[in-house]
Amino acid sequence: MTQTIRIVDPTDERVPLSRTLAPRPQHLSGVVALLDIVKPRGDVLLDRIEQRLAERVPGLALKRYRKPTFAKPAPDELRRRIAAESDFVIEALAD
Amino acid sequence: MPDTLPSFSLIDQNRGPHSFPDGRPALLCFVKEDCPTCGMTMPLIEAASQAFRGEVDVVAIGQDVAGNARLIERHKLTVPMLDDSELKSSYAYHVEIVPTIILADGGGVELRRFEGFGRSDWKNVLTEAAHLTGGPEPQIDWGAYPESRPGCGSKSVEPGVAERLAAEASGSRLRARQIELGAGEDPIEFMFERGLTDGLPVVPPTLERVMRMLAGTRRDPQEVIATVPPNLAPLTIEKVAVNAVMAGCRPEYLPVVLAVLEAVCTDEFNIHGVMATTAGATPVIVVNGPIRHRLGMNMTIGALGSGNRANATIGRAVKLALRNVGGARPGEIERTALGGPGKYTACYPEWEERSPWEPLHVERGFRREESVVTVFGLEPGPRLIVDQLSRTAHALAGSLGMALESCWHPKLHGYGEVLLVISPEHADTIKRDGWTKAQVRNRIQEASARPIRELLADANAGEGMALKQFGLNNPSAEQLEQRVPKFRKPENINIIVAGGEAGKFSSAFGGWFSGPMGSISVSRKIEEVTNL
Repeated sequence: MTQTIRIVDPTDERVPLSRTLAPRPQHLSGVVALLDIVKPRGDVLLDRIEQRLAERVPGLALKRYRKPTFAKPAPDELRRRIAAESDFVIEALAD
Repeated sequence: MPDTLPSFSLIDQNRGPHSFPDGRPALLCFVKEDCPTCGMTMPLIEAASQAFRGEVDVVAIGQDVAGNARLIERHKLTVPMLDDSELKSSYAYHVEIVPTIILADGGGVELRRFEGFGRSDWKNVLTEAAHLTGGPEPQIDWGAYPESRPGCGSKSVEPGVAERLAAEASGSRLRARQIELGAGEDPIEFMFERGLTDGLPVVPPTLERVMRMLAGTRRDPQEVIATVPPNLAPLTIEKVAVNAVMAGCRPEYLPVVLAVLEAVCTDEFNIHGVMATTAGATPVIVVNGPIRHRLGMNMTIGALGSGNRANATIGRAVKLALRNVGGARPGEIERTALGGPGKYTACYPEWEERSPWEPLHVERGFRREESVVTVFGLEPGPRLIVDQLSRTAHALAGSLGMALESCWHPKLHGYGEVLLVISPEHADTIKRDGWTKAQVRNRIQEASARPIRELLADANAGEGMALKQFGLNNPSAEQLEQRVPKFRKPENINIIVAGGEAGKFSSAFGGWFSGPMGSISVSRKIEEVTNL
């Protein structure tokens, strides 16, 4: 008789939900959040993006945000604030 | 009210169902075919069955299908031979020896039980059964039977079987999903295909092995010990045990693995950052206290790897749990550019007895006789420091300081934690001059200090520090000569002793992004479990 083997699942057993992206608007308007994760020179990139967006899309509101540290996930409070206050987010990753 | 025996429903040799209890008294006889005492007992069971027919349910409960058939044929049995080849009833009835004979009343309450063969036991049980029915006892030629014979071990207590039965029994301590592999499927290959390994083969976490692993702790398997980033998954002791089996741990290692996982899943340690960083960091574990000896950990030759089961598998179990439960898989949320061997495992005991100083855990406020883990978020592998010529503590600690300056990058100062593993020969050199750890740390800071001028990024080395990090804007020449030590604080230089007796070498694990904005080392006491 062939023995079957039963093993115990080592994972968290949860099935990940696939999330769809938010719909992409055709036009840029409202508030754009510029998020600096505080890695070196992220501010340089965001300064430039801020400048170019202001030139190209007059009337667009640009708001700067900073993570306290790049080494940890953004605090919930910061994430909530960005979601409540802005329509778009541009995050400058690093270096 | 007396306890009733577990109910069962089993099939006899004619595919007829038998349920217990069914309102009539019952004589339950647990037997297995390859037990001579069981063979000797079968005619008595048959005689009882015929004598009490309709009054007492006499049944033999056999432990394997083929053996049951042989018993029936050999003894020309008409008594119902119930199939307990899954051994669930044998387990539920705590049968350790066969034959085990149990007389129960119609409500399922046990009246009498004995194991093996005893002439007087049998006489008494038959008398009592007859008394219950009001009928006569079966006629037995007692002269043909010995006074007593010992029984044999029940199949339900054979090695490996008992753990499986415990895992399968209702009320089992296991709650995790169980996966049944197809016949002929290789469990090791299955674990690879499902992405459950670190790239090396794992031990298949069968029910028996997980049950044995859980015997390593007194804690409830369903206790949630942490929420593991990045998936923020609840981590139960059962899940830790499954991953510890896969890593190759022995049950007595489990309390160490648990303590480490509790330590890393804290806000201070920030395991999310340690696993996610592109820089490449890993939890480096130092074990202190008596448990080092109890687990046979290696703190001498080759202490930093390889060759010792406890050193190797404790660190591996931690990483497998972070991967399989927390979801920290390379290429997903684990995003190290390069990684390193310490990403498989990094767990080392301190050779406290060989150290001229207080062991790490005592420095951190624990008692020497306590067993403690300390976790650091560090580089995934040690770097060797060669100094075969220094003969004074001053010179050697200076060498160590110069070597440590290369951590991260020689120009990056104000650096966080580092773990310096000093070998016995180096420890002896320092000990001869009677230096304390504080003196060693101060000398490292002194030897690694550089003027600000040398730390600034320039065309020769683009990495480096910016003036604003020193609070300077237009510095004077004098300000640029100000010397900056390598480490933010001397206490960031963590020192332990380990390694072989011969060899004037030390090793260091460079830091990651240490401190409140990155990772802070955490110590945790290990649960004391003795008499496993």
